[in-house]
Amino acid sequence: MLKQRPTIRDHSAEANLFARRAFVGFVFVLILVALLLSNLYSIQVEHHQDYQTRSNDNRIKVIPIAPNRGLIYDRNGVLLAENKPVYNLEVTPEDVTDLTSSLNQVSKLIGISEQQKADFLDSIKHTRRFKSQVLKGRLNEQEVAIFSVNQHKFPGFSIEARLARFYPYGDTLTHALGYVAKLNKKELTKLKQQDLATNYRATHDIGKLGIEKYYEQMLHGQVGSQSVEVNNRGRIIRTLSSTPPVPGSDLVLTLDIGLQQIAQHVLKDMRGAIVVMDAKDGGILALYSNPSYDPNLFVHGISSKNYKALLNPDRPLINRTTQGRYAPASTVKPLMAILALEEEIVTEATTMWDPGFFQIQNVEHKWRDWKRWGHGHVDVYKAIEESCDTYFYDAAYRLGITKISNFMNRFGYGDLSGIDIHEETTAILPSKEWKENRFKESWWRGDTISVGIGQGYWTATPIQIANATNILVNKGINHPPHLVQVAKKEDAVEQINNDEKPPVVLKNPDNWRIALDAMHNTVKKVTGTAHKAFKGANYDPAGKTGTAQVVSIAQGERYDAQSLKERQRDNAIYIGFAPFNDPQIVVSIVVENTGGGSSVGAPIARQLMDYYFAANPLPIAKNDSL
Amino acid sequence: MNMLHDKRSIWMRMHLDLPLLIALLLMMAGSIAVVYSASGQENAMMMRHLTRMGSAFIAMVFLAQISPATLKRLVIPMYCVGLLMLVGVLLFGVSSKGAQRWLNLGITRFQPSELMKLAVPMMIAWYIGRQNLPPRPLHLIIGFAIVMLPTLLIKEQPDLGTSILIASSGIFVLFLSGLSWRLIGFLSTIVAMAAWPFWHYGMHDYQKQRVLTFLDPESDPLGSGYHIIQSKIAIGSGGIEGKGWLQGTQSQLEFLPERHTDFIFSVLSEEFGLFGVCVLLSLYLFIIGRGLYIAVNAQDAFGKLLAGALTLTFFVYIFVNIGMVSGLLPVVGVPLPLISYGGTSMVTLMAGFGIIMSIATDKRMLLK
Repeated sequence: MLKQRPTIRDHSAEANLFARRAFVGFVFVLILVALLLSNLYSIQVEHHQDYQTRSNDNRIKVIPIAPNRGLIYDRNGVLLAENKPVYNLEVTPEDVTDLTSSLNQVSKLIGISEQQKADFLDSIKHTRRFKSQVLKGRLNEQEVAIFSVNQHKFPGFSIEARLARFYPYGDTLTHALGYVAKLNKKELTKLKQQDLATNYRATHDIGKLGIEKYYEQMLHGQVGSQSVEVNNRGRIIRTLSSTPPVPGSDLVLTLDIGLQQIAQHVLKDMRGAIVVMDAKDGGILALYSNPSYDPNLFVHGISSKNYKALLNPDRPLINRTTQGRYAPASTVKPLMAILALEEEIVTEATTMWDPGFFQIQNVEHKWRDWKRWGHGHVDVYKAIEESCDTYFYDAAYRLGITKISNFMNRFGYGDLSGIDIHEETTAILPSKEWKENRFKESWWRGDTISVGIGQGYWTATPIQIANATNILVNKGINHPPHLVQVAKKEDAVEQINNDEKPPVVLKNPDNWRIALDAMHNTVKKVTGTAHKAFKGANYDPAGKTGTAQVVSIAQGERYDAQSLKERQRDNAIYIGFAPFNDPQIVVSIVVENTGGGSSVGAPIARQLMDYYFAANPLPIAKNDSL
Repeated sequence: MNMLHDKRSIWMRMHLDLPLLIALLLMMAGSIAVVYSASGQENAMMMRHLTRMGSAFIAMVFLAQISPATLKRLVIPMYCVGLLMLVGVLLFGVSSKGAQRWLNLGITRFQPSELMKLAVPMMIAWYIGRQNLPPRPLHLIIGFAIVMLPTLLIKEQPDLGTSILIASSGIFVLFLSGLSWRLIGFLSTIVAMAAWPFWHYGMHDYQKQRVLTFLDPESDPLGSGYHIIQSKIAIGSGGIEGKGWLQGTQSQLEFLPERHTDFIFSVLSEEFGLFGVCVLLSLYLFIIGRGLYIAVNAQDAFGKLLAGALTLTFFVYIFVNIGMVSGLLPVVGVPLPLISYGGTSMVTLMAGFGIIMSIATDKRMLLK
């Protein structure tokens, strides 16, 4: 087959040439292998640490675990805010074979709205395919059952449970407890500034109002984490290590849910506020603002329709107990009397003639008493018991605004009460400086006269009124108002809010007795303004009624023509405490536009006290000594 | 002594080179271990791998029985059929993953470029070996044509990796035949100068992308740079001792792409570390050394050139693959010889070693 070649080949020369080339080839191979090896040495030995780290970054993911939010109990251990599992239907797109048909079939089973579908399809566009997304939130039990039975037909679809806040008492506690809702961007920025953002990596909700907001950091707890090994699609292969989250502290409130329910019950559909305080320590027993609303609406995001409904003229979103600004009216008279006694403008024995009005010399204007024909001869007792206006017009006129303002400020008027919720206003305790700042006008002496009966420029919140009353009944001892008593973390119990503020000290401590006796008489004597309401009570109450002419309630309220008349009616106010000798509770009540403190305010106080003393009966011996 | 003599004669009679055989069997054992790990301990894949290793071994033993003289007679028909099939692939081939490399033969799919991996070095070794060495310019030009024709056809499929392997197998024959160093320098300059037009007109976009990524893999860590970065992480995190068999997180958790085929070296490096790499490279060097030894001692020019070219081409596989996965070279689809999963290339490689053994034993029989 092969042609014979004509030239004779030099086989040994060729073999030598080939051997040389093969040797060169092998040397080349050795050089290149050395090159590979030096590169591998650099990667595997010199940069080993670097690649080791990157390898771990690849496979180890740290998954934060949200801590369980602390629970909230009332003073008797009744659960007021709990964490309930909610069931969401979630979908992991990676595991779904035919998304469209699965969605349609699931929709037939448990009903998925077009909006939910659209939201879901939108959300999976922006996330990685192995991450599950909520298709339908908050399934009811029936939906959970129906889907569970059919789950095997829908790979990639699953029901996931997570804990969400639930307020079993709904609108009864809204203004005190507040609520949690979805953590928003603004709050996240704030958390970052406070260096708390890492603690919220797994957290969905944050306190937005009330105790939930004020005690957010205590309730929240400490985030936990789990180191997991993931594959290249992010699927978890195994858990490497985990740090369990530390649940938030449970809070025990000073509130008594029973009393709170009574407060809601007695206000019915009247706008108003009730504060009941424990006279011994300033703990709030009831804090109710009417109308209220269901906080659970906000937990999962309130619909705009529901939210609009809350923006009605009755303003349910306002916490009237701490944000409602009302003229304290005649409820300030006991304190005003003490000031007049302290300043020796009057004495226990001084009487004056009340013709039914007060006049300044050379001024025509008459400041009228509520009793047009006057109270006749009036001493300090009668002035309080019958709520004589003229007596206090005169006293205030002679005291002057500065003394009144300074004195009332010592009882907390014009300051935040310091109650442990953020929704609070200072209201207005008028002074010369205040008027100059506010109206650029100087104070004139006539301004002082109506301040004497808690009217004029003076406004106060029901919590301020309760606080001032509490200082009065404790004869100067100042237990600031608070809602939270104790925080429990595992077995540790931490007392909160048990500190006292500096007391109010009088030059003549006997002056306390005079004002308190007069308040006692207000209920005890037939002529007292609160006598009728407390007839037959099996405890010994004392109190003071007030009826305030309405100027405005809360800031910025607009009066529309239709409700103008009703909204101009007087506010009923009542302060009271019991038992007289050893006060246990203090109440402060404001009811808007319903008329008299004695006809509306006092009967409400009666119901609250009746409930309280039925639930907390007084020792017999003590009762007898009264 | 007698026993030993008998034993040697048994291997001789079976046309098998014992040192080479032992080295190859060791490589295969290593391959089983690494592919088992890289496949994620998948039994079905292991069965396929074992089957292919079996057929590769049979192909080797079979080709070892064919004497070089017979091979010489088969050279021209093989080369021509191969060329025709390559044209056929371009015209009626079956596409897979953007490349058209397969020919559907009805019963089975066949990759003609695999045939050419053997046919081209055989053809050129036969052609050059017929002449006196070193070859004259005319023979060189014809030799180049023999190499470039299939190379260009395969590059059109496109299959850059295989065309590089085939081109180098031809060039090694020319180099071993004593191509003058001056000419080698001249041709290298021309190749370097041709690189620019080749970049612009000769390469597909995905090939350009691979080169760009190779130059700076971190520029696109989630895109085309992903392969190289993950591979280097696997190799680097293996360290000196490795993470242990089946313990490589980069491979077991699938961060490493193509881990049982082109990137199997990364799996080995991650699990067995620099130590394992050195063992592997030592075995490779032994095989290459043995191959060149056989080539030098081959009976005639055809045998010398063919055994030498096949051996050096085997090294090209190694260098391109390891260079690629460790970031020295751009990503070119070349498997790690004798270790990677992937049937056809292993069968071809083992067939090549069969030819080398045939050359080795042919000479000894003659000496006897």
